[in-house]
Amino acid sequence: MHKRFAGIDIGSRTIELVVVNEEGKIVESLQSDTNFDPMAEAKKLLAGVQYDCIMATGYGRTLFELAFESPTVTEIKAHATGARVFFPQALTILDIGGQDSKAIALAENGRVKKFEMNDRCAAGTGKFLEVMARTLGCAIEAFGKEALLAEQDVHISSMCTVFAESEVTSLIAKGTNPREIALGLHASVIRRAAGMINRVSSEGDIVFTGGVAKNPCMTSLLAKRLGRRVFIPEDPQCIGAFGAALLARER
Amino acid sequence: MWTELGLDLEAHDALLGVLGQAYGDIFLSQKNRPDGMGYFDFVMSEVHGLRIRELLDEKEAGRKIIGSYCVFVPEEIALAANATLVGLCSGADFAMEDVERILPRNTCALIKSSFGFKLGKVCPYLESADMIVGENTCDGKKKAYESLGHLVENLYVMDLPQVKSANGKALLKSEFQRFKTAVEQLTGVSITVESLQQAIKTVNAKRAAMHRLSSLRKSDPVTISGLDALLANQVFFYDNPARFTESVNKICDELEKRIAVNDGVFPARTPRILISGCPQAVPNWKLPWIIETSGAVIVGEESCVGERGTRNLTDDSGTTIDTMLDALVDRYFQVDCAIFTPNHERLDHIQEMVTDYRADGVIHYGLQFCQPYLMESMPVEKALEQKDIPCLRIETDYSMEDVGQLKTRVEAFIEQLR
Repeated sequence: MHKRFAGIDIGSRTIELVVVNEEGKIVESLQSDTNFDPMAEAKKLLAGVQYDCIMATGYGRTLFELAFESPTVTEIKAHATGARVFFPQALTILDIGGQDSKAIALAENGRVKKFEMNDRCAAGTGKFLEVMARTLGCAIEAFGKEALLAEQDVHISSMCTVFAESEVTSLIAKGTNPREIALGLHASVIRRAAGMINRVSSEGDIVFTGGVAKNPCMTSLLAKRLGRRVFIPEDPQCIGAFGAALLARER
Repeated sequence: MWTELGLDLEAHDALLGVLGQAYGDIFLSQKNRPDGMGYFDFVMSEVHGLRIRELLDEKEAGRKIIGSYCVFVPEEIALAANATLVGLCSGADFAMEDVERILPRNTCALIKSSFGFKLGKVCPYLESADMIVGENTCDGKKKAYESLGHLVENLYVMDLPQVKSANGKALLKSEFQRFKTAVEQLTGVSITVESLQQAIKTVNAKRAAMHRLSSLRKSDPVTISGLDALLANQVFFYDNPARFTESVNKICDELEKRIAVNDGVFPARTPRILISGCPQAVPNWKLPWIIETSGAVIVGEESCVGERGTRNLTDDSGTTIDTMLDALVDRYFQVDCAIFTPNHERLDHIQEMVTDYRADGVIHYGLQFCQPYLMESMPVEKALEQKDIPCLRIETDYSMEDVGQLKTRVEAFIEQLR
C-alpha cells in the first residue's frame, strides 16, 4: 500500500489541498474559496480525498489544528519547502497572497535564513489588487493583462487600500486612461515587494509564489525592477499546500 | 477604599475583570510551574487589593508614597527618606479616546497608557502617590510630562543626561541631589549616612535576588518560564522590597533543586529566545505569551523590566552621603537606555546575554512610535546577523488586532531556530 501525504493551505481568500505520494510527487491538487466558514470549506474539500497524514498551513492553520488534530507549519516554511523543489537554485522567495506578502531568503541548504512580512494591513497584497480592479471595473483575472497594454504608468502614491481607492477615483474623474492607472497600481505594489526582497536578499534568482504570481504584469515588473530572474511555478497558488504536504511526508 | 482614592468604580471593576481573565489564561494555564510562583499569583490577585491597603496603612503611619515611570529614579533615595517607591505600570490601553484628546495619535502605547490610567481613574497607585516622578528620557515622555503636569498636582520631573560623558555624569549627580532634597522636603525626614547605607543594602539585595534568578535561567531544560520570570521583574517595581527579595530567593532555592533533577517547564532543547528592546510593563504579556505558546522559551529580557533595569549593584562601602551618592550615580549611569547616544554598551550587553543564557535567537521588541528603540533595532539586527545570531524585529502595541500576524512571524522564526 502506497502512502499519501496531504498539505492544506487555508488562506484568507482560498484554500488549497495538495496530496503527494511517497516520492513527493503531486497526485492530487484541489482548490476552493475560503468564504466565511473556513472549516466547513476545508471539510468539503477533504471529502473523498485519501491520505495517511496531513499538515496545515496558512492563517487558518490553528483552527484546522484544533478541528482535525493535525500538525501545522507556517506559510513561510511551507512556501520555502515547496518552491525549492521546482527551483533548487533560487534562494529568494516572494509570496503574495490574499492578505499578506512575504519575502524569504534561504540558506544554501534550504533552511529559512531571514524573512520579512507585511504589517497588519492588506497594502500591497492580492486584496489590494482585487479592490483596485473592481474600482476600475476590471475582472481580477484580466487585470494584469490590461495593465501590460498601457504605454506608460501614472504614479500612485497611496499604499493604503482605502486611500488608493480615492486616488484612483480622482484619476478616473480626470480622464486618465484606466490601463495607465492599472499599470501604476501594479508598479506601486512592486515597489513595496521589491523593498521587502531587498531587505532579505540582494542578488540571485527569485521564485514568485501565491495567487498574485498568476498576474503577468506583476512578474514582468518585478523582474524589471530588480534586474533579477523571476521564476513562477506552474501553479503558484498551491506551493504552500505542496510544501506542507512534503513536510507531512518528512514526518 | 476605592472611592476614597477617587477611582471610577465601574471602570476599575471592568479593568480588574479583564486582568483576572488574562492572568488566568496566560499564567495559571502554564504547566509544572514552580511552587514559589504561588506568591506572585497572590501578589497579582491582590495588586489592586491588599498591596494598596498596605500602602494606605503606610501613609496613615506618616510614610510618603512616590510613584515613578522609569528605572532611572533611584529607589534608594526614596527609602532613605522613609518613603516608598512604586512603579506605575502603563502596560494596557485605557480611556484611549480621552488620551487622544491630549496626546497625538502617533504616541507610543506606553505613554498613552500612563495617561489612560490617570484619565480613566483606574490606578490606585497613581492616586495614592504623594509625589509622581517623571523623567526626561525620550522626547515623547519629556513632552508628555508637560501635559501630565496639568492632570496631577504632584508631578516632579527629573532631568537625565543623553550622553555618557563627564558632563552627563555631573548632570545625573546634580539631579540625584535635587531629588534627594525634594524627597526630604516631602517626607520631612533628612537622609542620614545610616539610612542611605541601609537603603542601598535593601535595594542591592532585591537586585541580587533578580541576578540569581536570571542566572538560573541558563539551564537546559529551563525551570522557569519567561512569562513567570517577566512577572517577577514586573512585581519588582511595586512590592515591598524585603518581602519581594525573600520570595524571589525562595523561588531560586526551588529552581536549584529542579535543575539538579532536570525538571524543566519546557522539554530540553526547546528553542531559547532572548527578548530585547522596549519595557514590558504590567499587564503587557502579549509577546512573551505568543512566543511561549509557539514552541520556544524566553531565557532573558534585555529590557528596563529585566536585566537593563536590574544589572549592577551599588557600592555600599561609602561612609558619607556624598560618596554614596557618587556610588549611586556610578550604578545608574551604566543603564544603557536607548535615549543615550552613542549606546554601544547596549549592543555589547545583548551579545553577552545571548552567550550567557545560551539563546538561539533574539526577538527585538519595539513599541510602535518608540523612536529610540526602533532606531536601535536596525543596528542591533545587523550586528547580530554578522555573528550569525538570528534576529526578528517586531513592532507592535498593546492592541490584540495583530496577534495572528505576530504569531505567524514568531512561529516562522522559531522554525528557523530548530
